Amino acid sequence: MKSMHMKQVLPEIGDMGKVTAFFENELRRAGAPSAVIAEINVAVDEIFSNIARYSGAEFVRVGLQAEEHRVVMRFEDDGRPYDPVRAPEPDLALPAQKRRAGGLGIYMVKKMMDRMEYVYSGGLNQLVVEKGW
Amino acid sequence: MGNKLGIADSREGGKLTLGLSGRLDTESAPELQSFLDGALADVTELRLDMKGLAYVSSAGLRVLLAAHKRMDQAGGTMVVENANQTIRKVFAVTSFDKILTLN
Repeated sequence: MKSMHMKQVLPEIGDMGKVTAFFENELRRAGAPSAVIAEINVAVDEIFSNIARYSGAEFVRVGLQAEEHRVVMRFEDDGRPYDPVRAPEPDLALPAQKRRAGGLGIYMVKKMMDRMEYVYSGGLNQLVVEKGW
Repeated sequence: MGNKLGIADSREGGKLTLGLSGRLDTESAPELQSFLDGALADVTELRLDMKGLAYVSSAGLRVLLAAHKRMDQAGGTMVVENANQTIRKVFAVTSFDKILTLN
């Protein structure tokens, strides 16, 4: 069983750089191609910025476990229970002048990652996201 | 790290070209927004060259959508060029490829 590397940060947009750097380092070590790293960067941006803006959490823990050609990522926070897997999907059919960018972030994560699972347990939002290459 | 957003601008009359590099994400999107707020007044043709850009998150999409709407309402054009594979995927997944003009 491989271990998951974890890092604890503050749920603030100002800590985004630390989170991105953590995942990039782990992904390079895992041998992820640069296009996969870029896609995961997008997912991490969406998930972490959501927690920072809306959760009211005191802390966030992020983690990554590398498998062969695959990584499992984890986001834990002690904020309000929120299940992004069940977030409503945005209306993508609207014309430009009526389009809004809200709600796109988590939708992009669902579409670009292979798996996203949520549980609320022990007072923590726990989100697991998987991506292979 | 250290490769946040870079914005290189060149202007020819009403044509403004922005060479974007680094990342257009939650942290850096406000920089592009404030740059555009101060730069679009007399622009009829906006070109966003994404050759040096690694990725765009939804915060970046918000800025691109606002710029597109603004150019559209003013009767101008906005073109996105040289988007990489990841950025094209982001555009496709969100149907932004049906809104933006991509070269």
